[in-house]
Amino acid sequence: MSAPHTPTELLICVLARLLSGCRHVVTGAASPIPGSAALLAREISGGTLHVNVLGSTRNNSFTDGGVELFDLAAQGRIDAFFLGGGQIDGQANINLVGTGRYPDLELRWPGSFGSSYMYFLVPRVILFREEHTPRVMVPKVDFVSAPGVSAPNIYRPGGPYKMVTGLGVFGFDRARARFCLESVHPGHSLEEILDNTGFQFDHDAQVPVTPAPDTQMLNLLRSSIRGKIAEAYPRFGARLAS
Amino acid sequence: MPRVAFCDLPSLAAMIPPGASVALPSENSGVAMAATRELVRRAVRHLRVVCVPVGGLQVDIMIGAGLVDTVETSAITLGEHGTAPRFAAALREKQIRVVDATCPAIHAALQAGQKGIPFIPLRGLIGTDVLANRPDWKVIDNPFQPDDPIVVLPALRPDVALFHAPLADREGNVFIGRWRELLTLAHAARQTLITVEEITERDLMAEVDLSPGVIPALYVTSIALARHGAWPLRFGDHYPLDQDAVESYAAAARTEAGFRSWVGGWLSPQPTQALA
Repeated sequence: MSAPHTPTELLICVLARLLSGCRHVVTGAASPIPGSAALLAREISGGTLHVNVLGSTRNNSFTDGGVELFDLAAQGRIDAFFLGGGQIDGQANINLVGTGRYPDLELRWPGSFGSSYMYFLVPRVILFREEHTPRVMVPKVDFVSAPGVSAPNIYRPGGPYKMVTGLGVFGFDRARARFCLESVHPGHSLEEILDNTGFQFDHDAQVPVTPAPDTQMLNLLRSSIRGKIAEAYPRFGARLAS
Repeated sequence: MPRVAFCDLPSLAAMIPPGASVALPSENSGVAMAATRELVRRAVRHLRVVCVPVGGLQVDIMIGAGLVDTVETSAITLGEHGTAPRFAAALREKQIRVVDATCPAIHAALQAGQKGIPFIPLRGLIGTDVLANRPDWKVIDNPFQPDDPIVVLPALRPDVALFHAPLADREGNVFIGRWRELLTLAHAARQTLITVEEITERDLMAEVDLSPGVIPALYVTSIALARHGAWPLRFGDHYPLDQDAVESYAAAARTEAGFRSWVGGWLSPQPTQALA
């Protein structure tokens, strides 16, 4: 039986499960939910998983400065990484820069961060965006911070692996450049996802419900994880506690 | 006679001329906020800011105060406190030009600057609109392997690097710990200006525990003492982010008038005195 949980706790646990089998996971800027998931996955792994949370000093073992994250990715030493996007389209292109015609944007977002590089190099890139609405899940992104797929001659050991939103979990077929809905979060429906997605994706007639967090995960999250994530994300840590 | 000039904050800020390219670190590794206050007081204009590799509160304030013509960055954000409001406003009003990059490109270009080589290759990027909007970045064929296009970036040598560090000794050696992008930055920049929490009588180069995390005086142009010099930002494990101060900035700076008022308070001496 699953215990009562918040939507944020569900997302953290969903992301943590997607990290099973990894040796090293890194979370980047503005990633409190992925950061919590990585720390939770490390607890569950019994300490075999290496985790580096950008913005943390205690849960971060980098000793070669800001470049180490990117060097690690190029060396193939990062198994999973998280990226988001103000816009995401059906080919898994992501846009972190803004809407409209660059450079005269209507709406400007922070910028591409490391996405234009990390998406190419990390084998298991998990797209994570809590807001699942037509303005996020668009037919075509206005600006490609990083493309979902590349031509065969482009060096690309990495790419999209899954996409997790506030409504469900998608897989991604790199050969066909197409998402497939794998599960719908409790309390939501396939219809709701279809109504809120601006691109086509594959799905079965009946889509399973995303498994709820188990008690062990929730206990870890509420005991040790929230204090650890608060070091890098004090506001989020406070919110998680309430 | 020390080979590194020790000076006060106004004199340090005075070493940055209008029109200079100024490299600034991310909020994870020592932002010289107290020195930035002096830059705003002096109204040093037409700067080309290079964020290593992203900017936050500091860059937003500099943009709002009209110091910046161009900003090269991978992102600008107030983190948990949301959008950088003056950056967004300046772009809307076309008061600044943003040169969009990606984090590893800025690190790599500085490494090329550090090595004195003209360019450096970098993976990724091909097929992005970041690359499409960077005429200064090129795609070449890997000379060692056929059919392997790869991006090359020109070396970056900023006129000035400005950041905050925990400790300097009297010789001008500066301890940075593991924030080694600051070392690369000091190698690549033509001048390096550093504010520090503390100046010690010890010899940092003589301490085997500390010396691997030291920028030798050779690379350091000038040092100013600035206790709580990163406030209101977090400074490693030395002090946390001042939530209230950053929150009040994020709220106030949504409007030009609110920004002016916040900066007015920031330029007055109370905030640091309260901390000291």
